[in-house]
Amino acid sequence: MAEETQGGAVKKFLYVNRKAPYGTIYALESLEVVLIGAAFEQDVSIAFIGDGVYQLTKGQNTKALEVKNFSPTFRALEDYDVTKLYVEQEALQARGLSEADLVVPVEVVDARRMAEIMEGQDVILSF
Amino acid sequence: MLHTVNKSPFEQRTLETCLKFARQGSAVLLIEDGVYGAARDTAVSKQVQEALKSVSIYALKADVEARGMQDRVMDGVRLVDYGGFVDLVAEHNAVQSWL
Amino acid sequence: MKLSILVNEGPYTHQASDTAYQFVKAALAKGHEIFRVFFYHDGVNNGTRLTVPPQDERNIVKRWSDLAAQHKLDLVVCIAAAQRRGIMDAAEAKRHGKDANNIAPGFRVSGLGQLIEAGIQADRLVVFGD
Repeated sequence: MAEETQGGAVKKFLYVNRKAPYGTIYALESLEVVLIGAAFEQDVSIAFIGDGVYQLTKGQNTKALEVKNFSPTFRALEDYDVTKLYVEQEALQARGLSEADLVVPVEVVDARRMAEIMEGQDVILSF
Repeated sequence: MLHTVNKSPFEQRTLETCLKFARQGSAVLLIEDGVYGAARDTAVSKQVQEALKSVSIYALKADVEARGMQDRVMDGVRLVDYGGFVDLVAEHNAVQSWL
Repeated sequence: MKLSILVNEGPYTHQASDTAYQFVKAALAKGHEIFRVFFYHDGVNNGTRLTVPPQDERNIVKRWSDLAAQHKLDLVVCIAAAQRRGIMDAAEAKRHGKDANNIAPGFRVSGLGQLIEAGIQADRLVVFGD
């Protein structure tokens, strides 16, 4: 499935997730990019900001919506060597959430640290 | 880093969020409905004025004019055309689009 | 420099496709190279040849097709997003037993890998969306 690319460039890719799941398709389709992108062995980070943190909450039961619950996929990211998941601290707090409410281990960062992480990126994908 | 913001600051917090993460010395370009953030005498003008102390703020002229805001742009916000948008992209190491 | 563009929204409903188009035109005028324009989410709807906008309105799809022809641009519509939204080329239509295809001239359907590659190969990637 991996496609050949010219040169051995490794760039820092940041996926910025700011939208809640299910109300719109952005959360699901951005995750699909992450999964495909994993084959390219770039330096990948994912940032969850604002309502994006809701993508990671435990206990999602989508049966009545007849849509796929894709939150377990975040646990599989480790197998794809995508391990840098950054969650905005203020976003969690504003929503009454803590790290314990999330389906996967993440690094909770404050705005200053998040800004630092963003500044160092080469390619930033927003959805 | 060049940041772009395309949402009006009154209905959504996109501009506020962008400014929270934009580091000193970076540039913020307001495009599409985001140009309303460049207007003076609004509920967010003070916040934007404050931000001007650490980041450069630009607004896309075509979007400003389309919305009839050309006489309302606050001091310190520079208008650029699409060519200027391209130059800003070239001048900065990366682009972050706040959607 | 080499630029890659990501368009996340379809024609008319959001300004994204318009802004992306004007940006690409300006970049070309300045002598920059456009490595790829990738259409994702509802952005794939920029690739249907079946739109008939009012005569006095800009024809967004045709504009992209014409720009692509003029400058040999690589306009790529994401296959996964396109399948969800019913944008098909002839091969896809045949593969899925559909009675029609609708891809516009200058666009091609391909995988998400093309987006990642666009990010790797270009000097800058700019995203236009909602």
